[in-house]
Amino acid sequence: MSDIKQAHHAVVMRVLEGAGTASHDQRRAAFDNAAPSGPVGTLIDKVARHPYAVTDQDVAAAKASSLSEDQIFEVVVCAAVGQATRQYQTALAALKAATGKS
Amino acid sequence: MRLSILDNGHGFGTKALFALIRAVSRQPVLDVIKLVKYRPDFYGAPMQKVTHEAMRGPSEWSVADRELMAAFVAETNQCVWCTNAHAAVAKEAYGDAAKVAAVLSNLDTAPIAEPLRATLRMLRKLTLENSVDARDMGALLTAGVSTAQIEDALAVCFSFNTIGRLADAFGFVVPSAKAYEAGARYLLARGYR
Repeated sequence: MSDIKQAHHAVVMRVLEGAGTASHDQRRAAFDNAAPSGPVGTLIDKVARHPYAVTDQDVAAAKASSLSEDQIFEVVVCAAVGQATRQYQTALAALKAATGKS
Repeated sequence: MRLSILDNGHGFGTKALFALIRAVSRQPVLDVIKLVKYRPDFYGAPMQKVTHEAMRGPSEWSVADRELMAAFVAETNQCVWCTNAHAAVAKEAYGDAAKVAAVLSNLDTAPIAEPLRATLRMLRKLTLENSVDARDMGALLTAGVSTAQIEDALAVCFSFNTIGRLADAFGFVVPSAKAYEAGARYLLARGYR
C-alpha cells in the first residue's frame, strides 16, 4: 500500500507554518476557505469550490487589492491543499467508520 | 499563466533546465513543471513526494489504474489540462486508448472491472460533494475493493484535487497533443520526482 500520510502532513505544515510572503493568518484563512469577503476571498472560494470558474479578472482583482504575485501564489496553493485535505480526511474517517480500523 | 512569476520568476539554474527540456523534448515546458519548480521549497518539492508515492508507490492498483483515477478526478473537476495530461499517461500505460476514452465518456458502460468502477464512482462523489460516508465505503468493500486499495485511491484523489485546482486557478495553457504525449512518456519513465 502506498502511504502518503507523512508526506501529506509535511505539505500542510510547510504551506501553513513555514516561511512565506503571505502572513500565517492569510495562509490559514485560505486553507480553511475562511478569508474575508473581497477580491482575495472571492478568488480563494472559487479555488476551493469551483476552480474551473476562476477568471483572469479574479486574479487581477486580487493583485489590485495589494497582494503581491508571491502572496497570491501562496494563498491559492493553501486554498487548493486545504480543500483537498478536507476531502481526504473526511473520506479516511468514513473508511475508518466502515471498517472499525484506524 | 495568470501570475508572471510562474512563467518568468525562476532562478538561473531552473531556466537552464527549462532550455534543456525544450531542446530534448522539442516541446514547450509544461506549465505544471513551471509551477513545481517555482520556489519549490514552498509547494513543488513537498507535493512531488506526495504525488510520486500516490502514483508510483506500492499498490494493488496498477500505474495505469492510478493514472486513470487522476484523469477521472480531473474530468470530474472540469480541469481540461489535467484530464488531457493523465488520460495520455493512462492510455500509454494501459496500451488501450479506447478504454480510457470510454471511462471518461461514460463510467457506467466502460469495459473495466467492477471494483475499479465502484472506486471511480466514490472518487466522483467525493470530488463533487466533498464528502462520502461509511455507507459509501461499505459499498466499496462489498464490491471487492480492499481497504488498502481505498486508501491508495484516496491518495490519488488528494493529489489531483490539489493539482487540478492550481491548474485552473493559475490558468495553465493547454498544450498540443504531442506535448502531452512527451509528458506522458516522461511520467511513465521517471514518475513524479
